[in-house]
Amino acid sequence: MADKRTTVDDIVGQLSSGMTIGIGGWGSRRKPMAIVRALCRSDLDDLTIVAYGGPDVGLLCASGKVRKVVCGFVTLDSIALDPHWRVARQHGRVEVMEVDEGMFFQGLQAAAWRVPFLPTRAGLGSDVLTINPDLRLVRSPYGADSPYVHDPVDADVELVAMPALHLDAALVHTNRADTAGNGQILGPDPFFDPLFLGAADLRFITTEHIVENGKLADEGPLSSVVIHRMLTDGVAETPGGAHFTANPPDYGRDEAFQKEYAASAADPAEWDAFAQRYLLVAEDEYQAHVRERSAR
Amino acid sequence: MSAGTADGTGADTGITRAEFCVIACADAWSGAGEVMASPFGTIPALGARLAKLTFAPDVVLTDGEAALMVGAPPIATKAADLIREAAMPYRSVFDVVWSGRRHIMMMASQIDRTGNQNISAIGDHHRPKVQLVGVRGAPGNSVNHPTSYWVPDHTVRTFVEHVDVVSGVGYARAETAGPGATRFHDIRRVVSNLGVFDFETPDHTMRLRSFHPGTTVDDIVGATAFALTIPDDVAETRLPTPEELDLLRTVLDPGSLRDRDVKS
Repeated sequence: MADKRTTVDDIVGQLSSGMTIGIGGWGSRRKPMAIVRALCRSDLDDLTIVAYGGPDVGLLCASGKVRKVVCGFVTLDSIALDPHWRVARQHGRVEVMEVDEGMFFQGLQAAAWRVPFLPTRAGLGSDVLTINPDLRLVRSPYGADSPYVHDPVDADVELVAMPALHLDAALVHTNRADTAGNGQILGPDPFFDPLFLGAADLRFITTEHIVENGKLADEGPLSSVVIHRMLTDGVAETPGGAHFTANPPDYGRDEAFQKEYAASAADPAEWDAFAQRYLLVAEDEYQAHVRERSAR
Repeated sequence: MSAGTADGTGADTGITRAEFCVIACADAWSGAGEVMASPFGTIPALGARLAKLTFAPDVVLTDGEAALMVGAPPIATKAADLIREAAMPYRSVFDVVWSGRRHIMMMASQIDRTGNQNISAIGDHHRPKVQLVGVRGAPGNSVNHPTSYWVPDHTVRTFVEHVDVVSGVGYARAETAGPGATRFHDIRRVVSNLGVFDFETPDHTMRLRSFHPGTTVDDIVGATAFALTIPDDVAETRLPTPEELDLLRTVLDPGSLRDRDVKS
């Protein structure tokens, strides 16, 4: 069986400019931040980012890596709106495909199931359909005379056809993983991480700790191993790799750090200082700065 | 300060504006049954908990993370002290949304006469004057299950003729979109810091349902950028019962977080 252990640098080396990249987690929760930081340092650009957006989106936008974002929101949870996202949007620096959170889920699901779209009520009547003029409706082929129509109101009904959100690559962060690429989420919510991986051509996990294949059951119930190895191409161990987002039970959100990140959106000089200290450095140096900072 | 004259005598009841707002929010879940109550903001959260402790005991509340919680604990309860009864990760939340077993109370940066809500952007969406939180789940929520709104700052900038980006879908928009949108569409209430509103008019445009003691109908009309329907017999928002007031003040919110959201 393949040993899928790799490094963050190798993963970033397999990505290229112009790619559509899905990033797991939700808001400021269990984001693969070590890879996001590496992307910010890389020479990649023109990326399309697909995410339940948090500081991953804010950091990549502020670093000039992003052409387009597909999302329903970009939030830091304890701060309602990522201020870096606000700046990028208000200055017209990024395109956005803004959709309902549930439409987003169905887009990933459609890609993972290899169908071109899935029907949904979500979006009907809203400006999601006007700000995304390429979105289409689909009429149910089941009319009033069909034996399959449970309620006549649904005969010939018109719904939104949420298109598959196909990803060139997906990046997620887990609490544990094994050498074969199985991923374990010990926190309360796996979010949509298995679907991001299912929707992608290149699938990567970063994790707090890698164990031998077969040993994940020692770390938590097998039902917490929600990512199986058929969904992954590579796994990199990056302790603290979700910092400063919440990654329970390993660690909570670093609220003080997040405030510093948010404040750096106020002017370009502050952002440059933040980037110099925390982004344009190797991951171990970043983690050392974080430890220093919390000891202050 | 106290603002209440809701007993009709003009006597000061000592009930704050924030407390009237909590009661008005709670009443949105009257008769809700066994559905997920999803309040956004401190005042709606207190309303949902108060409803659960009194007239809507079967409503289901989440811990704000990924679980359903037992009971209706005080608003400032630490996450570690909550008792949970079932898992509710986001993927399952969509099962609930699309099954209709939910009544959400979202906030609105703008709301208009037919009940469209905006939380996406002010100005042109292509390059917004002000980027807001994003449409989030509003489009899907509003066409799948009962939806209400909480607007803590009722002004002509929040109660507008037409919202800039339709996030939550109002009646006219749903009607135009057809039966796929109207089948489960149900905008129940809008609660603001000034009054309570609904869409129980022949053409489903906004109607003043009650005004909070301490405000007047004229105050509300002046703070609203569109023509409201004002019934001749419109009354003040109801008083909390002594039991409700006691639960709110001594159990749910002894630290008066409610007064930070709405000043008297």
